[in-house]
Amino acid sequence: MISGFAFDVSHMLAGLLVLVSFAMLYQDRLYAVINVLALHAFVLAISVAWQAHIQHAPHLYITALIALGFKAIAIPMALRRMVFRLGIHREIETVVSIGLTMLAGIAMVALSLMVMLPVTAHVDPVAREDISLALSVVLIGLLMMVTRRNAVSQVAGFLSLENGVNLAATGAQGMPLVVEISVAFSILIAFIVVGIFLFRIRERFDTVDLEALDRFRGERR
Amino acid sequence: MTETLVLAIPLLGAALLALIRDYRLSAKINVTASGLALIAALLLLVDRPAAGQFLAVDDLNIVFILLSTFVGFTTSVFSASYIGHELEEGRLTPNYLRFYHAMFQLMLFGMNLALLANNIGLMWVAVELATLTTVVMVGIYRTHEAIEAAWKYFILGSVGIALALFGTILVYLAARPVVGEGIDAMVWTVLLTRAHDFDPALLNVAFIFLLLGYGTKVGLAPMHAWLPDAHAEGPTPISAVLSGLLLNVALYALLRFKVLLAANPGAIAPGPLMIALGLLSLIFAAFMLYRRRDIKRMFAYSSIEHMGITVFAFGMAGPLGNFAGLLQMAMHSLTKSAIFFSVGHVAQVKGTQRIADMGGLTSTHPLLGWGLIAGVAAIAGLPPFGVFTSEFLLVSSTFAREPLLAILFVFGLLVSFGALFLRVSSVAFGEPRGPTGPVTASYVPMFAHLALVLIAGVWLPGPLVAWFQHVAVLLG
Repeated sequence: MISGFAFDVSHMLAGLLVLVSFAMLYQDRLYAVINVLALHAFVLAISVAWQAHIQHAPHLYITALIALGFKAIAIPMALRRMVFRLGIHREIETVVSIGLTMLAGIAMVALSLMVMLPVTAHVDPVAREDISLALSVVLIGLLMMVTRRNAVSQVAGFLSLENGVNLAATGAQGMPLVVEISVAFSILIAFIVVGIFLFRIRERFDTVDLEALDRFRGERR
Repeated sequence: MTETLVLAIPLLGAALLALIRDYRLSAKINVTASGLALIAALLLLVDRPAAGQFLAVDDLNIVFILLSTFVGFTTSVFSASYIGHELEEGRLTPNYLRFYHAMFQLMLFGMNLALLANNIGLMWVAVELATLTTVVMVGIYRTHEAIEAAWKYFILGSVGIALALFGTILVYLAARPVVGEGIDAMVWTVLLTRAHDFDPALLNVAFIFLLLGYGTKVGLAPMHAWLPDAHAEGPTPISAVLSGLLLNVALYALLRFKVLLAANPGAIAPGPLMIALGLLSLIFAAFMLYRRRDIKRMFAYSSIEHMGITVFAFGMAGPLGNFAGLLQMAMHSLTKSAIFFSVGHVAQVKGTQRIADMGGLTSTHPLLGWGLIAGVAAIAGLPPFGVFTSEFLLVSSTFAREPLLAILFVFGLLVSFGALFLRVSSVAFGEPRGPTGPVTASYVPMFAHLALVLIAGVWLPGPLVAWFQHVAVLLG
């Protein structure tokens, strides 16, 4: 049986992840978004490592290492480099009213707790609260993707969403294939980042602002 | 053993094609590898391996595998005649073609893996792989439009995939107390036998996530935004496999989870949800068809419409509904890819995809023109084609059970029928418009598909009917 202390720590870490998600919501500079993203992945790495420790599941350390090395260090570095290269580091994003977005974020957390807590009544407590917090992170990530118009911040939103799914996967005790799935997800993320680079969205569109892409809708040419 | 062949052939093909520079040779290898995969899939009919922890062949997925490898093969034949023109036009370079061929096989591998998987985690990884490869293929022309289409597809597809994974995790959580920790709690065959004891509330929430996640990939209405762009801007062989195969793979994933829910007495009935989304997609797409100016985009909306019909059919369930759903899905795959084969060549001749710049096709290119007309007649559900059979079955069985739903359904069908003929008649008949140069097309894939659809409409072989009926009962 998992002790109270282990239980509390894993809750604290999951809660911290939700908190960092909120912090990401109100950043209006790209560098700041990327820094918060790195912090997000770092908290995830600690949380996964903690799960590995309390579940006695050494393979989860691999997932933690991937989160740390790939998502907390490599991806933010690549994104920062890209922002610098594209010369958009000075840009300030027009965030859709911070207050409203934060309220929507709170609503997301309330929603996920209301949905998940009743249905997971028979699941063990660690997984139970982890899953509901993970769903909050997923929903806030979606919110981030919806409210931002910039490709880089959309990617940041997607990565935080993905961190939430990872939290859920590691919280579900004894879930098989977690490592494989996190590797597959990392490939997906690498694809996204390399994709922005290769497609040179800047070169094509003169901006990474997706508003410019929307000019074209295929029909109006 | 045989099931690994279905996977190994495309994988080896992809590795080999990544090494070959000569595009003519690689097109041939592409056709050969797809043909071999089809033969391997046919072998599964006679030699069915036992279900393992990762792979399994059963009555349900073998329908999908056969369809998938067949359309994969015919598309590779079409692609071989299509890419030569793209190379001449300079839309693709030899290097990109090498990449294209390797990706084509990798995509087939991903789809076959998703269909064969006996493990919900493995299936998720395979669907992701298939998505990634198609994203790259959609963006391969590197034009402004293609990149936007690829990006949109990518972001929406990734969100869908993330939600599907969340749903998968919830299914595992529901299974764990019953099946126990470890790999068994993710194996289909185990899940299905024990589903009776799962926590129904958890399964319900899981299904919502799976429906939204995999439903995005099916192209169901509120989550369909990626589909028209991806179909219109990628190379036409990719449009054909997207419509003919990838949508089916996502649908297959949904069906599996639907069966799982049906096996649990306490869980919600997935039917009404699927019926609602299906009808919404059908009616929405039917109206959207009217304002299309791009021919590939129009047929993409028609794919949304038909996935709506299919999901509606599986939502109605029962032996008749499921039978109609299976038939509709198979007929749609064959017909829609035939239409794209025709449209691909038409667009090459005319140098554009704008409907306004095409005309009089039946007089300038009779084979392409009449092929297109036949395809559209089939997809619109006219007799004697196979789509008519399935839609007729669906309408009559729905009228018997839920007359109101049937009225909405028929309304959607009629609206889309009008739109398709309005647009296609201007392309096929009247004064020739646009360039009328000769075309180097291979008509075999297109007419082979149409012939199959015609035969299915006139006469369905007894064993096939019995088999579909059996699967329909399995689907509950």
